[in-house]
Amino acid sequence: MAKQKLLEVKNLKQYFPAGRGEVVKAVDGVTFDIYKGETFGLVGESGCGKSTTGRTIIRLYDATDGEVLFNGVSVHGKKSKKELKELNRKMQMIFQDPYASLNPRMTVADIIAEGIDIHGLAKTKEERMQRVYELLETVGLNREHASRYPHEFSGGQRQRIGIARALAVEPEFIIADEPISALDVSIQAQVVNLLKRLQREKGLTYLFIAHDLSMVKYISDRIGVMYFGKMVELAESEELYRNPIHPYTKALLSAIPLPDPETERTRKRIVYDPAQHGYKDGEELEFREITPGHFVLCSEEEYKRYRAMYA
Amino acid sequence: MEKILQVNDLHISFDIHAGEVQAVRGVTFDLYKGETLAIVGESGSGKSVTSKALMRLLPTPPSRIKQGEILFEGKDLTKLTDKEMQEIRGKKISMIFQDPMTSLNPTMTIGKQIMEAILKHQNLSKDEARKRAIELLQLVGIKNAELRMKQYPHQFSGGMRQRVVIAIALACNPKILIADEPTTALDVTIQAQILELMKDLQKKLGMSIIFITHDLGVVANMADRVAVMYAGKIVEMGTVDEIFYNPKHPYTWGLLASMPSLDHKDTELYSIPGSPPDLLNPPKGDAFAPRNPYALKIDYELEPPMFQVSDTHYAATWLLHELAPKVEPPAIVRERMKQFADIVARKGGKPRG
Repeated sequence: MAKQKLLEVKNLKQYFPAGRGEVVKAVDGVTFDIYKGETFGLVGESGCGKSTTGRTIIRLYDATDGEVLFNGVSVHGKKSKKELKELNRKMQMIFQDPYASLNPRMTVADIIAEGIDIHGLAKTKEERMQRVYELLETVGLNREHASRYPHEFSGGQRQRIGIARALAVEPEFIIADEPISALDVSIQAQVVNLLKRLQREKGLTYLFIAHDLSMVKYISDRIGVMYFGKMVELAESEELYRNPIHPYTKALLSAIPLPDPETERTRKRIVYDPAQHGYKDGEELEFREITPGHFVLCSEEEYKRYRAMYA
Repeated sequence: MEKILQVNDLHISFDIHAGEVQAVRGVTFDLYKGETLAIVGESGSGKSVTSKALMRLLPTPPSRIKQGEILFEGKDLTKLTDKEMQEIRGKKISMIFQDPMTSLNPTMTIGKQIMEAILKHQNLSKDEARKRAIELLQLVGIKNAELRMKQYPHQFSGGMRQRVVIAIALACNPKILIADEPTTALDVTIQAQILELMKDLQKKLGMSIIFITHDLGVVANMADRVAVMYAGKIVEMGTVDEIFYNPKHPYTWGLLASMPSLDHKDTELYSIPGSPPDLLNPPKGDAFAPRNPYALKIDYELEPPMFQVSDTHYAATWLLHELAPKVEPPAIVRERMKQFADIVARKGGKPRG
């Protein structure tokens, strides 16, 4: 089965002015594709640019440079209102903080139906409410919840409302930015199971941004690791965990505590020092394929070494 | 082993306009010298309230200790005056918090903040205190300590700030360090550094640590013993091996099973259905029963007592009663249990429980 590209990110750059003529290169030349129906995990530590990447893809920021193609059409650049609306319908976002991302003065029904109203997806009031009820049930809430306000819900329930809102406009692609980080362990599993079920039923594609690597591994088909605005490694999730190549990925994986006292007692932590590469001035760093589907940001010399070691 | 702290049947409630929230409902545990006791549980399970009560950091009202005692060095901390408590807080028992951004004063230099803790509790001159503060910064792994003393919190990164907070907490060589989610706000690589630092300092200084967290990975890394809290009670308590490889309470099963293991992918994650109970009106019987697929009829009627599994291992579930039916824990937990006998054998003991 040939995999179809849903989203292509090409050399995406997002710089922010930092005053005094300086710029912060939050995202600095990131390239990857997301295939239809898959979950692409984006991991890295705070400040590495993973959230900025997500937000730039969905046009919350205007990209400094580079291109994002959704179904072959560029996301950025000048667009007519109609084109923009269509794009906004197909791409949706779920946010980290279920407290800050719902308007406290709107009822759950209005929150969920806002997209339906904007895109004119319901012709009558009855149809609109019917959609809201269906969505509530899809995410494991019930119709009595429609007339309530966000403060009446727990964190996990709010995250479900956020998911229902994203689903309301029947998107193809959902960017989930740390959707479970603010939730308790027992609730995290509920939300992750819900996201997986929805993906199966509706053929959704996800970009899943997180720093909790064990959950990312569980939910993702492929994972990209970011470090200081650059993607340093990309591979299928099993492969990435089994054969990490880039020293930063190794360091990151070695730092995650596992719920296993036996492995914890023998844990050896690897420390990453960017100077360890010993790159010379002017050396070209490129994202190169070491083994099929496994990419690493490396110099020509490292490429040869990695090839010899892993390929 | 020497007991350094004993908490007996502690009940803490908050009086709010809607009624009485019973946040902690009968918590009993001992803390031994030099050990790390992890308290795990979800938000609202009472783990932070318990630890804040040890330091008397809960505002009264609305909070009140309804019942129970906290014994430390022969004194019941719940009976001390505020003045007497000041002699203990920060000196004998100190605490570090989750957010290193808000637990430091942004308008004071780091040096001043560390010296404040030293001068308050120890009879030292300013110069001596400064020397001690520099030592402390070096102890927690901050380089250029003398220069850093003159800097303000905003000039430090999150991990560095947490090191400063630890330095302040250790300023008076406390007997007990309470760490309330100290690494939750930090990145994993920084978290690993702070955990290593805490273990290292414990070895050097010999204090006991109460480590509060909801991250089971961190627990496995840090703890000697573990107390699992649910709805204001300890539902299971044991050594770290007993809790991770031979858990008895269905809630502990649920917690362990809902974490994805490294080699499970296509199966659905085990998840505990529902959400925690409202402690304004705690349910009759076992508070976990409505979410517990293994609940027995009696769970809805009568609260289970603590059943003893081994010398160190206790769990509050009717499943341990001799008349209870035998049940199969979730598959992931059964996998863990298989390892238990090996681990015990390797340590030269008989498998227990």
